[in-house]
Amino acid sequence: MEKTTQHKTNKVIIAENLTKKFGTFTAVDNISFEVERGEIFGFLGANGAGKTTAMRMLCGLSTPTAGKGLVAGFDIGTQTEHVKKNIGYMSQKFSLYDDLKVWENIELFGGIYGMKDHEIKDKTDELMRVLDFESERNKLVGSLPLGFKQKLAFSVSIFHNPQVVFLDEPTGGVDPITRRQFWELIYDASSRGITVFVTTHYMDEAEYCNRVSVMVDGKIEALDSPKNLKNQFNANSMDEVFQQLARKAKRVDS
Amino acid sequence: MYAIEVKNISKNYLSEKSGKFIGLGGSPITNDGNKVHEPGVNFNVNRGEIFGLIGPDGAGKTTLFRILTTLILADSGSATVDGFDVVTDYKEIRKRVGYMPGKFSLYQDLTVEENLNFFATVFNTTIEENYELIKDIYQQIEPFKNRRAGKLSGGMKQKLALSCALIHKPSVLFLDEPTTGVDPVSRKEFWGMLKSLKAQGITILVSTPYMDEASLCDRIALIQNGQLLKIDTPKNIVSQYENKLWAVQSDNMYQLLIDLRNNELTSNCFAFGDKHHVSVQSGKLTVDSLNNYLQLKEHTQIEIREIEPTIEDCFMQLSQK
Repeated sequence: MEKTTQHKTNKVIIAENLTKKFGTFTAVDNISFEVERGEIFGFLGANGAGKTTAMRMLCGLSTPTAGKGLVAGFDIGTQTEHVKKNIGYMSQKFSLYDDLKVWENIELFGGIYGMKDHEIKDKTDELMRVLDFESERNKLVGSLPLGFKQKLAFSVSIFHNPQVVFLDEPTGGVDPITRRQFWELIYDASSRGITVFVTTHYMDEAEYCNRVSVMVDGKIEALDSPKNLKNQFNANSMDEVFQQLARKAKRVDS
Repeated sequence: MYAIEVKNISKNYLSEKSGKFIGLGGSPITNDGNKVHEPGVNFNVNRGEIFGLIGPDGAGKTTLFRILTTLILADSGSATVDGFDVVTDYKEIRKRVGYMPGKFSLYQDLTVEENLNFFATVFNTTIEENYELIKDIYQQIEPFKNRRAGKLSGGMKQKLALSCALIHKPSVLFLDEPTTGVDPVSRKEFWGMLKSLKAQGITILVSTPYMDEASLCDRIALIQNGQLLKIDTPKNIVSQYENKLWAVQSDNMYQLLIDLRNNELTSNCFAFGDKHHVSVQSGKLTVDSLNNYLQLKEHTQIEIREIEPTIEDCFMQLSQK
Protein backbone atom coordinates (compact mmCIF):
# COMPACT_ATOMS: atom_id res chain seq x y z
CA MET A 1 0.00 0.00 0.00
CA GLU A 2 1.35 3.41 -0.93
CA LYS A 3 1.35 5.00 2.50
CA THR A 4 2.61 8.30 1.14
CA THR A 5 -0.64 9.09 -0.59
CA GLN A 6 -2.85 8.04 2.31
CA HIS A 7 -4.39 11.10 3.88
CA LYS A 8 -4.41 11.27 7.64
CA THR A 9 -7.92 12.58 7.74
CA ASN A 10 -11.36 11.51 8.85
CA LYS A 11 -12.78 12.21 5.43
CA VAL A 12 -13.22 8.84 3.77
CA ILE A 13 -14.78 10.18 0.58
CA ILE A 14 -13.84 13.51 -0.96
CA ALA A 15 -15.33 14.59 -4.29
CA GLU A 16 -14.16 17.86 -5.81
CA ASN A 17 -15.91 19.16 -8.92
CA LEU A 18 -16.38 15.60 -10.09
CA THR A 19 -17.71 15.49 -13.66
CA LYS A 20 -18.48 12.75 -16.17
CA LYS A 21 -19.46 13.41 -19.77
CA PHE A 22 -20.56 10.90 -22.39
CA GLY A 23 -20.15 12.79 -25.67
CA THR A 24 -22.24 15.94 -25.29
CA PHE A 25 -24.23 14.51 -22.38
CA THR A 26 -23.10 15.52 -18.89
CA ALA A 27 -24.18 12.65 -16.66
CA VAL A 28 -22.49 14.00 -13.52
CA ASP A 29 -22.10 17.75 -13.44
CA ASN A 30 -19.43 19.20 -11.17
CA ILE A 31 -20.37 17.62 -7.83
CA SER A 32 -18.45 18.25 -4.59
CA PHE A 33 -19.00 16.68 -1.18
CA GLU A 34 -17.21 14.94 1.69
CA VAL A 35 -18.17 11.93 3.78
CA GLU A 36 -16.81 11.33 7.29
CA ARG A 37 -15.55 8.05 8.69
CA GLY A 38 -18.41 5.92 10.05
CA GLU A 39 -21.05 8.11 8.50
CA ILE A 40 -24.18 6.66 6.85
CA PHE A 41 -24.50 8.78 3.73
CA GLY A 42 -27.69 8.53 1.65
CA PHE A 43 -27.24 9.22 -2.05
CA LEU A 44 -30.66 9.97 -3.51
CA GLY A 45 -31.93 11.06 -6.90
CA ALA A 46 -34.52 10.25 -9.56
CA ASN A 47 -33.82 7.58 -12.18
CA GLY A 48 -31.36 9.06 -14.64
CA ALA A 49 -30.12 11.79 -12.26
CA GLY A 50 -26.55 10.44 -12.42
CA LYS A 51 -26.29 8.41 -9.19
CA THR A 52 -24.97 5.23 -10.76
CA THR A 53 -22.39 7.08 -12.85
CA ALA A 54 -21.16 8.97 -9.79
CA MET A 55 -20.98 5.77 -7.77
CA ARG A 56 -19.04 3.99 -10.52
CA MET A 57 -16.45 6.79 -10.48
CA LEU A 58 -16.14 6.60 -6.69
CA CYS A 59 -15.58 2.83 -6.91
CA GLY A 60 -12.74 3.30 -9.41
CA LEU A 61 -14.72 1.72 -12.27
CA SER A 62 -15.10 4.83 -14.43
CA THR A 63 -12.60 7.63 -14.97
CA PRO A 64 -13.85 11.17 -14.29
CA THR A 65 -13.88 13.56 -17.27
CA ALA A 66 -12.95 16.39 -14.89
CA GLY A 67 -12.56 17.02 -11.20
CA LYS A 68 -11.01 14.89 -8.51
CA GLY A 69 -11.98 12.31 -5.97
CA LEU A 70 -10.34 10.55 -3.04
CA VAL A 71 -11.82 7.38 -1.59
CA ALA A 72 -10.16 5.79 1.45
CA GLY A 73 -7.27 8.16 0.76
CA PHE A 74 -6.69 7.05 -2.84
CA ASP A 75 -7.18 8.97 -6.05
CA ILE A 76 -10.13 7.57 -8.02
CA GLY A 77 -8.54 8.69 -11.29
CA THR A 78 -5.03 7.26 -10.88
CA GLN A 79 -5.09 4.71 -8.02
CA THR A 80 -8.17 2.69 -8.96
CA GLU A 81 -6.75 -0.66 -7.81
CA HIS A 82 -6.03 0.75 -4.34
CA VAL A 83 -9.52 2.21 -4.23
CA LYS A 84 -11.03 -1.19 -5.08
CA LYS A 85 -9.04 -2.97 -2.35
CA ASN A 86 -10.32 -0.61 0.31
CA ILE A 87 -14.00 -0.58 -0.48
CA GLY A 88 -16.88 -3.02 -0.40
CA TYR A 89 -19.74 -3.08 -2.89
CA MET A 90 -23.17 -4.60 -2.95
CA SER A 91 -26.20 -4.07 -5.16
CA GLN A 92 -29.66 -5.54 -5.49
CA LYS A 93 -28.78 -6.94 -8.90
CA PHE A 94 -25.46 -8.55 -8.15
CA SER A 95 -24.57 -9.87 -4.77
CA LEU A 96 -23.43 -13.48 -4.47
CA TYR A 97 -23.03 -16.58 -6.62
CA ASP A 98 -26.23 -18.64 -6.49
CA ASP A 99 -24.55 -21.93 -7.29
CA LEU A 100 -21.89 -21.66 -4.63
CA LYS A 101 -22.56 -22.60 -1.01
CA VAL A 102 -22.72 -19.95 1.69
CA TRP A 103 -19.22 -20.71 2.99
CA GLU A 104 -17.83 -20.97 -0.56
CA ASN A 105 -19.06 -17.48 -1.40
CA ILE A 106 -17.43 -16.11 1.74
CA GLU A 107 -14.17 -17.90 1.00
CA LEU A 108 -14.17 -16.68 -2.60
CA PHE A 109 -14.68 -13.02 -1.70
CA GLY A 110 -12.31 -13.18 1.27
CA GLY A 111 -9.68 -14.71 -1.02
CA ILE A 112 -10.17 -12.09 -3.73
CA TYR A 113 -9.52 -9.39 -1.15
CA GLY A 114 -6.32 -11.16 -0.07
CA MET A 115 -7.42 -12.37 3.35
CA LYS A 116 -5.50 -15.25 4.91
CA ASP A 117 -7.10 -18.70 5.20
CA HIS A 118 -7.23 -18.81 9.00
CA GLU A 119 -8.59 -15.29 9.08
CA ILE A 120 -11.35 -16.27 6.66
CA LYS A 121 -12.16 -19.35 8.71
CA ASP A 122 -12.37 -17.53 12.05
CA LYS A 123 -14.42 -14.68 10.64
CA THR A 124 -16.77 -17.10 8.85
CA ASP A 125 -17.48 -18.88 12.15
CA GLU A 126 -18.17 -15.57 13.82
CA LEU A 127 -20.40 -14.34 10.99
CA MET A 128 -22.49 -17.54 10.98
CA ARG A 129 -23.04 -17.08 14.71
CA VAL A 130 -23.95 -13.40 14.50
CA LEU A 131 -26.39 -13.93 11.61
CA ASP A 132 -27.74 -17.11 13.22
CA PHE A 133 -26.82 -18.87 9.98
CA GLU A 134 -25.10 -22.07 11.23
CA SER A 135 -27.66 -24.38 9.62
CA GLU A 136 -27.38 -22.52 6.29
CA ARG A 137 -23.61 -22.74 6.07
CA ASN A 138 -23.54 -25.65 3.60
CA LYS A 139 -26.54 -24.57 1.53
CA LEU A 140 -26.38 -23.12 -1.95
CA VAL A 141 -26.96 -19.38 -1.87
CA GLY A 142 -29.60 -19.80 -4.62
CA SER A 143 -31.78 -21.80 -2.22
CA LEU A 144 -31.95 -19.01 0.39
CA PRO A 145 -34.88 -16.59 0.62
CA LEU A 146 -34.11 -13.14 -0.84
CA GLY A 147 -33.99 -11.47 2.57
CA PHE A 148 -31.38 -13.94 3.88
CA LYS A 149 -29.37 -13.51 0.71
CA GLN A 150 -29.29 -9.73 1.00
CA LYS A 151 -28.20 -9.85 4.64
CA LEU A 152 -25.47 -12.31 3.75
CA ALA A 153 -24.42 -10.25 0.71
CA PHE A 154 -24.01 -7.18 2.90
CA SER A 155 -21.98 -9.10 5.45
CA VAL A 156 -19.75 -10.45 2.68
CA SER A 157 -19.29 -6.94 1.22
CA ILE A 158 -17.77 -5.80 4.52
CA PHE A 159 -16.04 -9.11 5.33
CA HIS A 160 -12.58 -7.74 4.44
CA ASN A 161 -13.24 -4.80 6.74
CA PRO A 162 -13.16 -2.07 4.06
CA GLN A 163 -13.06 1.61 4.98
CA VAL A 164 -16.20 2.30 3.01
CA VAL A 165 -19.01 0.18 1.58
CA PHE A 166 -21.13 1.21 -1.41
CA LEU A 167 -24.70 -0.10 -1.39
CA ASP A 168 -26.77 0.34 -4.55
CA GLU A 169 -30.46 -0.12 -3.75
CA PRO A 170 -29.69 -2.97 -1.36
CA THR A 171 -33.24 -3.51 -0.08
CA GLY A 172 -35.32 -3.49 -3.29
CA GLY A 173 -38.13 -6.05 -3.16
CA VAL A 174 -37.24 -7.24 0.34
CA ASP A 175 -40.08 -7.75 2.85
CA PRO A 176 -40.60 -4.99 5.44
CA ILE A 177 -39.26 -6.87 8.45
CA THR A 178 -36.08 -8.05 6.71
CA ARG A 179 -35.61 -4.54 5.29
CA ARG A 180 -35.45 -3.22 8.84
CA GLN A 181 -33.11 -6.01 10.01
CA PHE A 182 -30.89 -5.08 7.08
CA TRP A 183 -30.68 -1.50 8.31
CA GLU A 184 -29.73 -2.74 11.77
CA LEU A 185 -26.73 -4.44 10.14
CA ILE A 186 -25.87 -1.11 8.48
CA TYR A 187 -26.02 0.68 11.85
CA ASP A 188 -23.77 -1.95 13.35
CA ALA A 189 -21.19 -1.60 10.55
CA SER A 190 -21.22 2.17 10.92
CA SER A 191 -20.73 1.91 14.68
CA ARG A 192 -17.57 -0.11 13.94
CA GLY A 193 -16.24 2.76 11.82
CA ILE A 194 -17.19 1.53 8.35
CA THR A 195 -18.49 4.36 6.20
CA VAL A 196 -21.74 3.51 4.42
CA PHE A 197 -22.65 5.11 1.08
CA VAL A 198 -26.16 4.00 0.12
CA THR A 199 -28.75 4.64 -2.60
CA THR A 200 -32.41 3.80 -2.08
CA HIS A 201 -35.87 4.50 -3.45
CA TYR A 202 -37.46 3.96 -0.03
CA MET A 203 -37.79 7.40 1.49
CA ASP A 204 -38.23 6.09 5.03
CA GLU A 205 -34.70 4.68 4.66
CA ALA A 206 -33.43 8.14 3.79
CA GLU A 207 -34.43 9.11 7.34
CA TYR A 208 -32.04 6.49 8.76
CA CYS A 209 -29.01 8.22 7.21
CA ASN A 210 -26.81 10.70 9.04
CA ARG A 211 -26.76 12.92 5.97
CA VAL A 212 -28.50 12.76 2.63
CA SER A 213 -27.70 14.27 -0.76
CA VAL A 214 -30.27 14.63 -3.54
CA MET A 215 -29.07 14.64 -7.15
CA VAL A 216 -31.11 16.35 -9.85
CA ASP A 217 -29.95 16.38 -13.49
CA GLY A 218 -26.35 15.49 -12.61
CA LYS A 219 -25.96 18.09 -9.85
CA ILE A 220 -26.27 17.82 -6.08
CA GLU A 221 -29.24 20.05 -5.31
CA ALA A 222 -29.35 19.48 -1.56
CA LEU A 223 -27.12 17.97 1.10
CA ASP A 224 -27.74 17.90 4.84
CA SER A 225 -29.11 15.81 7.68
CA PRO A 226 -32.68 14.58 7.12
CA LYS A 227 -33.81 16.84 9.95
CA ASN A 228 -32.25 19.97 8.46
CA LEU A 229 -33.51 19.15 4.97
CA LYS A 230 -37.05 18.78 6.28
CA ASN A 231 -36.75 22.17 8.00
CA GLN A 232 -35.21 23.79 4.94
CA PHE A 233 -37.96 22.55 2.62
CA ASN A 234 -40.70 22.96 5.19
CA ALA A 235 -41.60 19.29 4.77
CA ASN A 236 -42.88 16.58 7.11
CA SER A 237 -40.95 13.73 5.53
CA MET A 238 -37.99 13.02 3.27
CA ASP A 239 -40.52 11.92 0.65
CA GLU A 240 -41.85 15.49 0.48
CA VAL A 241 -38.30 16.87 0.28
CA PHE A 242 -37.52 14.49 -2.56
CA GLN A 243 -40.74 15.30 -4.43
CA GLN A 244 -40.04 19.04 -4.25
CA LEU A 245 -36.48 18.65 -5.53
CA ALA A 246 -36.91 15.96 -8.15
CA ARG A 247 -39.85 17.70 -9.81
CA LYS A 248 -37.39 20.37 -10.90
CA ALA A 249 -35.65 17.85 -13.14
CA LYS A 250 -35.56 18.90 -16.79
CA ARG A 251 -33.96 15.79 -18.25
CA VAL A 252 -36.44 13.71 -20.23
CA ASP A 253 -34.55 10.74 -18.87
CA SER A 254 -36.32 10.83 -15.53
CA MET B 1 -69.91 -10.88 -12.74
CA TYR B 2 -66.45 -10.29 -11.38
CA ALA B 3 -63.65 -9.06 -13.64
CA ILE B 4 -61.36 -11.67 -12.08
CA GLU B 5 -62.38 -14.66 -10.01
CA VAL B 6 -59.76 -16.86 -8.34
CA LYS B 7 -60.82 -20.09 -6.56
CA ASN B 8 -58.47 -22.39 -4.64
CA ILE B 9 -55.60 -21.71 -7.01
CA SER B 10 -52.24 -23.26 -6.23
CA LYS B 11 -49.07 -23.67 -8.24
CA ASN B 12 -45.88 -25.08 -6.82
CA TYR B 13 -42.43 -25.83 -8.10
CA LEU B 14 -39.97 -28.19 -6.53
CA SER B 15 -36.89 -26.06 -6.12
CA GLU B 16 -33.85 -28.02 -7.27
CA LYS B 17 -31.61 -25.96 -5.06
CA SER B 18 -33.46 -26.25 -1.76
CA GLY B 19 -35.49 -29.42 -2.39
CA LYS B 20 -38.58 -27.62 -1.08
CA PHE B 21 -41.81 -26.65 -2.79
CA ILE B 22 -42.10 -22.97 -3.54
CA GLY B 23 -44.87 -21.04 -5.22
CA LEU B 24 -48.46 -20.13 -4.62
CA GLY B 25 -51.28 -21.41 -2.44
CA GLY B 26 -49.27 -23.63 -0.13
CA SER B 27 -47.01 -26.61 -0.55
CA PRO B 28 -48.71 -29.86 -1.62
CA ILE B 29 -46.22 -31.91 0.40
CA THR B 30 -45.07 -31.20 3.92
CA ASN B 31 -41.43 -31.30 4.91
CA ASP B 32 -41.79 -34.88 6.20
CA GLY B 33 -43.15 -35.99 2.81
CA ASN B 34 -46.88 -36.23 3.57
CA LYS B 35 -49.42 -35.04 1.02
CA VAL B 36 -51.72 -32.33 2.30
CA HIS B 37 -54.77 -30.64 0.92
CA GLU B 38 -54.17 -26.93 0.61
CA PRO B 39 -57.04 -24.48 0.18
CA GLY B 40 -55.03 -22.42 -2.29
CA VAL B 41 -55.55 -18.74 -3.03
CA ASN B 42 -59.01 -17.15 -3.25
CA PHE B 43 -60.08 -13.63 -4.22
CA ASN B 44 -62.27 -11.67 -6.62
CA VAL B 45 -61.70 -8.38 -8.41
CA ASN B 46 -64.71 -6.18 -9.15
CA ARG B 47 -65.20 -4.48 -12.50
CA GLY B 48 -63.56 -1.08 -12.77
CA GLU B 49 -61.51 -1.65 -9.63
CA ILE B 50 -57.80 -1.04 -9.02
CA PHE B 51 -56.82 -4.16 -7.08
CA GLY B 52 -53.33 -4.27 -5.59
CA LEU B 53 -51.34 -7.40 -4.87
CA ILE B 54 -48.85 -6.28 -2.25
CA GLY B 55 -45.89 -8.27 -1.02
CA PRO B 56 -42.14 -8.86 -1.27
CA ASP B 57 -40.18 -10.73 -3.95
CA GLY B 58 -40.86 -14.45 -3.90
CA ALA B 59 -44.39 -14.06 -2.49
CA GLY B 60 -46.01 -15.61 -5.60
CA LYS B 61 -47.25 -12.45 -7.33
CA THR B 62 -45.78 -13.21 -10.75
CA THR B 63 -46.95 -16.84 -10.66
CA LEU B 64 -50.50 -15.60 -10.10
CA PHE B 65 -50.21 -13.13 -12.99
CA ARG B 66 -48.99 -15.87 -15.32
CA ILE B 67 -51.90 -18.15 -14.42
CA LEU B 68 -54.43 -15.37 -14.97
CA THR B 69 -52.92 -14.29 -18.28
CA THR B 70 -53.09 -17.96 -19.42
CA LEU B 71 -49.32 -18.39 -19.72
CA ILE B 72 -49.04 -21.27 -17.23
CA LEU B 73 -51.47 -23.79 -15.77
CA ALA B 74 -52.30 -23.97 -12.07
CA ASP B 75 -51.84 -27.25 -10.16
CA SER B 76 -55.31 -26.94 -8.68
CA GLY B 77 -58.27 -24.60 -8.51
CA SER B 78 -59.95 -22.50 -11.15
CA ALA B 79 -59.98 -18.88 -12.29
CA THR B 80 -61.90 -16.66 -14.68
CA VAL B 81 -60.98 -13.37 -16.31
CA ASP B 82 -63.76 -11.24 -17.77
CA GLY B 83 -66.03 -14.26 -17.30
CA PHE B 84 -63.84 -16.67 -19.27
CA ASP B 85 -62.10 -19.71 -17.84
CA VAL B 86 -58.30 -19.44 -17.85
CA VAL B 87 -57.94 -23.03 -19.14
CA THR B 88 -60.78 -23.68 -21.57
CA ASP B 89 -61.29 -20.12 -22.87
CA TYR B 90 -57.70 -18.98 -22.92
CA LYS B 91 -57.95 -17.61 -26.47
CA GLU B 92 -60.81 -15.27 -25.50
CA ILE B 93 -58.87 -14.06 -22.51
CA ARG B 94 -55.78 -13.29 -24.55
CA LYS B 95 -57.85 -10.99 -26.79
CA ARG B 96 -59.23 -9.08 -23.85
CA VAL B 97 -56.39 -8.52 -21.43
CA GLY B 98 -53.37 -6.26 -21.42
CA TYR B 99 -50.25 -7.55 -19.67
CA MET B 100 -47.17 -5.65 -18.65
CA PRO B 101 -44.65 -8.15 -17.25
CA GLY B 102 -42.17 -7.15 -14.57
CA LYS B 103 -39.29 -7.60 -16.96
CA PHE B 104 -39.15 -5.26 -19.98
CA SER B 105 -40.41 -7.45 -22.79
CA LEU B 106 -40.74 -5.27 -25.89
CA TYR B 107 -38.54 -5.59 -28.96
CA GLN B 108 -35.34 -3.72 -28.11
CA ASP B 109 -34.30 -3.30 -31.75
CA LEU B 110 -37.62 -1.95 -32.97
CA THR B 111 -38.34 1.75 -32.56
CA VAL B 112 -40.94 3.11 -30.15
CA GLU B 113 -43.47 3.54 -32.94
CA GLU B 114 -42.70 0.15 -34.52
CA ASN B 115 -43.28 -1.62 -31.19
CA LEU B 116 -46.62 0.08 -30.72
CA ASN B 117 -47.60 -0.62 -34.32
CA PHE B 118 -46.63 -4.26 -33.94
CA PHE B 119 -48.83 -4.81 -30.89
CA ALA B 120 -51.74 -2.97 -32.52
CA THR B 121 -51.45 -5.18 -35.62
CA VAL B 122 -51.25 -8.40 -33.62
CA PHE B 123 -54.56 -7.48 -32.03
CA ASN B 124 -56.17 -6.51 -35.37
CA THR B 125 -56.35 -2.84 -34.58
CA THR B 126 -54.46 0.38 -35.33
CA ILE B 127 -52.77 3.03 -33.24
CA GLU B 128 -55.34 5.55 -34.50
CA GLU B 129 -58.35 3.49 -33.44
CA ASN B 130 -57.50 3.52 -29.74
CA TYR B 131 -55.23 6.55 -29.64
CA GLU B 132 -57.55 8.34 -27.22
CA LEU B 133 -56.90 5.68 -24.55
CA ILE B 134 -53.12 5.94 -24.63
CA LYS B 135 -52.84 9.61 -25.63
CA ASP B 136 -51.83 11.02 -22.23
CA ILE B 137 -49.14 8.38 -21.78
CA TYR B 138 -47.88 8.02 -25.33
CA GLN B 139 -47.58 11.77 -25.92
CA GLN B 140 -44.81 11.86 -23.33
CA ILE B 141 -42.66 9.51 -25.42
CA GLU B 142 -43.88 10.51 -28.89
CA PRO B 143 -40.94 12.93 -29.40
CA PHE B 144 -38.73 9.80 -29.34
CA LYS B 145 -40.89 7.61 -31.58
CA ASN B 146 -37.99 6.90 -33.92
CA ARG B 147 -35.66 5.80 -31.15
CA ARG B 148 -35.05 2.08 -30.61
CA ALA B 149 -36.81 0.77 -27.51
CA GLY B 150 -33.53 -0.63 -26.15
CA LYS B 151 -32.09 2.91 -26.06
CA LEU B 152 -34.85 4.37 -23.89
CA SER B 153 -34.44 5.27 -20.22
CA GLY B 154 -36.24 3.19 -17.60
CA GLY B 155 -39.09 5.67 -17.23
CA MET B 156 -39.69 5.88 -20.98
CA LYS B 157 -39.58 2.08 -21.38
CA GLN B 158 -42.23 1.83 -18.72
CA LYS B 159 -44.49 4.29 -20.56
CA LEU B 160 -44.00 2.48 -23.87
CA ALA B 161 -44.74 -0.90 -22.28
CA LEU B 162 -47.94 0.49 -20.78
CA SER B 163 -48.96 1.99 -24.14
CA CYS B 164 -48.38 -1.37 -25.86
CA ALA B 165 -50.39 -3.20 -23.18
CA LEU B 166 -53.30 -0.80 -23.77
CA ILE B 167 -53.35 -0.42 -27.54
CA HIS B 168 -56.07 -3.06 -28.09
CA LYS B 169 -58.30 -1.48 -25.43
CA PRO B 170 -58.25 -4.38 -22.96
CA SER B 171 -61.02 -4.81 -20.41
CA VAL B 172 -58.60 -6.04 -17.75
CA LEU B 173 -55.05 -4.76 -17.35
CA PHE B 174 -52.37 -6.82 -15.55
CA LEU B 175 -49.38 -4.84 -14.32
CA ASP B 176 -46.64 -6.88 -12.65
CA GLU B 177 -44.49 -4.60 -10.49
CA PRO B 178 -44.64 -1.62 -12.86
CA THR B 179 -42.96 0.69 -10.33
CA THR B 180 -40.15 -1.49 -8.98
CA GLY B 181 -36.85 0.38 -9.04
CA VAL B 182 -38.64 3.55 -10.12
CA ASP B 183 -37.98 6.74 -8.13
CA PRO B 184 -40.72 8.20 -5.91
CA VAL B 185 -41.61 11.05 -8.30
CA SER B 186 -42.05 8.80 -11.35
CA ARG B 187 -43.97 6.33 -9.20
CA LYS B 188 -46.47 9.01 -8.24
CA GLU B 189 -46.91 9.97 -11.90
CA PHE B 190 -47.47 6.33 -12.84
CA TRP B 191 -50.25 5.93 -10.30
CA GLY B 192 -51.84 9.10 -11.71
CA MET B 193 -51.96 7.36 -15.10
CA LEU B 194 -53.61 4.28 -13.56
CA LYS B 195 -56.30 6.46 -12.01
CA SER B 196 -57.24 7.93 -15.37
CA LEU B 197 -57.33 4.45 -16.93
CA LYS B 198 -59.68 3.33 -14.19
CA ALA B 199 -61.88 6.33 -15.00
CA GLN B 200 -62.14 4.92 -18.52
CA GLY B 201 -63.60 1.69 -17.14
CA ILE B 202 -60.54 -0.55 -17.23
CA THR B 203 -60.10 -3.06 -14.40
CA ILE B 204 -56.53 -3.10 -13.11
CA LEU B 205 -54.72 -5.83 -11.19
CA VAL B 206 -51.37 -4.40 -10.14
CA SER B 207 -48.60 -5.83 -7.97
CA THR B 208 -46.02 -3.90 -5.99
CA PRO B 209 -43.46 -4.43 -3.24
CA TYR B 210 -43.93 -0.78 -2.12
CA MET B 211 -46.38 -0.78 0.78
CA ASP B 212 -46.99 2.98 0.49
CA GLU B 213 -48.70 2.39 -2.86
CA ALA B 214 -51.44 0.33 -1.18
CA SER B 215 -53.50 3.40 -0.32
CA LEU B 216 -53.81 4.19 -4.04
CA CYS B 217 -55.74 0.95 -4.68
CA ASP B 218 -59.46 0.40 -4.15
CA ARG B 219 -58.79 -2.96 -2.53
CA ILE B 220 -55.63 -4.87 -1.81
CA ALA B 221 -54.46 -8.37 -1.02
CA LEU B 222 -51.37 -8.68 1.19
CA ILE B 223 -49.34 -11.66 0.03
CA GLN B 224 -46.33 -13.48 1.49
CA ASN B 225 -44.85 -16.95 0.96
CA GLY B 226 -47.60 -17.89 -1.49
CA GLN B 227 -50.46 -17.09 0.90
CA LEU B 228 -52.84 -14.15 1.06
CA LEU B 229 -52.60 -12.63 4.53
CA LYS B 230 -55.61 -10.32 4.10
CA ILE B 231 -57.99 -8.97 1.42
CA ASP B 232 -59.84 -5.72 2.02
CA THR B 233 -59.83 -1.98 1.38
CA PRO B 234 -56.68 -0.28 2.69
CA LYS B 235 -58.86 1.63 5.16
CA ASN B 236 -60.45 -1.50 6.62
CA ILE B 237 -57.11 -3.25 6.94
CA VAL B 238 -55.73 -0.32 8.90
CA SER B 239 -58.80 -0.21 11.16
CA GLN B 240 -58.38 -3.92 11.96
CA TYR B 241 -54.85 -3.46 13.35
CA GLU B 242 -54.93 -5.37 16.59
CA ASN B 243 -52.86 -3.30 19.00
CA LYS B 244 -52.31 0.32 19.77
CA LEU B 245 -49.46 1.84 17.82
CA TRP B 246 -47.17 4.53 19.16
CA ALA B 247 -44.53 6.57 17.36
CA VAL B 248 -41.56 7.11 19.66
CA GLN B 249 -38.54 9.40 19.35
CA SER B 250 -35.58 10.28 21.53
CA ASP B 251 -32.09 11.73 21.23
CA ASN B 252 -30.53 8.27 20.69
CA MET B 253 -32.59 6.35 18.18
CA TYR B 254 -30.45 3.21 17.97
CA GLN B 255 -30.36 2.71 21.75
CA LEU B 256 -34.07 3.55 21.84
CA LEU B 257 -34.83 0.64 19.52
CA ILE B 258 -32.96 -1.76 21.82
CA ASP B 259 -34.57 -0.38 24.99
CA LEU B 260 -38.07 -0.50 23.51
CA ARG B 261 -37.58 -4.11 22.48
CA ASN B 262 -36.27 -5.02 25.92
CA ASN B 263 -39.40 -3.65 27.56
CA GLU B 264 -41.56 -6.70 28.30
CA LEU B 265 -44.82 -4.83 27.82
CA THR B 266 -44.25 -3.88 24.17
CA SER B 267 -45.34 -6.39 21.50
CA ASN B 268 -42.86 -5.38 18.86
CA CYS B 269 -40.88 -2.41 17.69
CA PHE B 270 -39.53 -1.37 14.29
CA ALA B 271 -37.72 1.66 12.88
CA PHE B 272 -40.02 3.77 10.71
CA GLY B 273 -38.32 6.71 9.09
CA ASP B 274 -37.33 9.20 11.79
CA LYS B 275 -39.44 7.45 14.47
CA HIS B 276 -39.84 3.97 15.91
CA HIS B 277 -43.24 2.31 15.78
CA VAL B 278 -44.07 0.41 18.94
CA SER B 279 -47.01 -1.93 19.07
CA VAL B 280 -48.63 -2.23 22.51
CA GLN B 281 -51.55 -4.39 23.61
CA SER B 282 -54.44 -2.27 24.87
CA GLY B 283 -54.27 -1.59 28.59
CA LYS B 284 -50.84 -3.11 29.11
CA LEU B 285 -48.81 0.06 29.07
CA THR B 286 -49.57 3.78 29.26
CA VAL B 287 -47.74 6.57 27.49
CA ASP B 288 -46.67 7.93 30.88
CA SER B 289 -45.24 4.64 32.12
CA LEU B 290 -43.30 4.13 28.89
CA ASN B 291 -42.01 7.68 29.19
CA ASN B 292 -40.80 6.95 32.74
CA TYR B 293 -39.15 3.73 31.61
CA LEU B 294 -37.26 5.55 28.87
CA GLN B 295 -36.19 8.31 31.25
CA LEU B 296 -34.73 5.67 33.57
CA LYS B 297 -32.78 4.42 30.55
CA GLU B 298 -31.37 7.96 30.26
CA HIS B 299 -33.14 8.99 27.08
CA THR B 300 -33.86 12.68 26.60
CA GLN B 301 -36.16 14.59 24.25
CA ILE B 302 -38.61 11.68 24.44
CA GLU B 303 -41.74 12.00 22.35
CA ILE B 304 -44.49 9.38 22.32
CA ARG B 305 -47.61 9.75 20.20
CA GLU B 306 -50.43 7.37 19.36
CA ILE B 307 -50.71 7.06 15.59
CA GLU B 308 -52.78 5.35 12.93
CA PRO B 309 -50.93 2.32 11.51
CA THR B 310 -49.74 2.29 7.91
CA ILE B 311 -50.28 -0.70 5.61
CA GLU B 312 -46.66 -1.61 6.27
CA ASP B 313 -47.36 -1.85 10.03
CA CYS B 314 -50.34 -4.08 9.25
CA PHE B 315 -48.30 -6.24 6.89
CA MET B 316 -45.62 -6.77 9.53
CA GLN B 317 -48.19 -7.67 12.18
CA LEU B 318 -50.01 -10.12 9.88
CA SER B 319 -46.82 -11.71 8.58
CA GLN B 320 -45.60 -12.47 12.10
CA LYS B 321 -48.68 -14.49 12.99
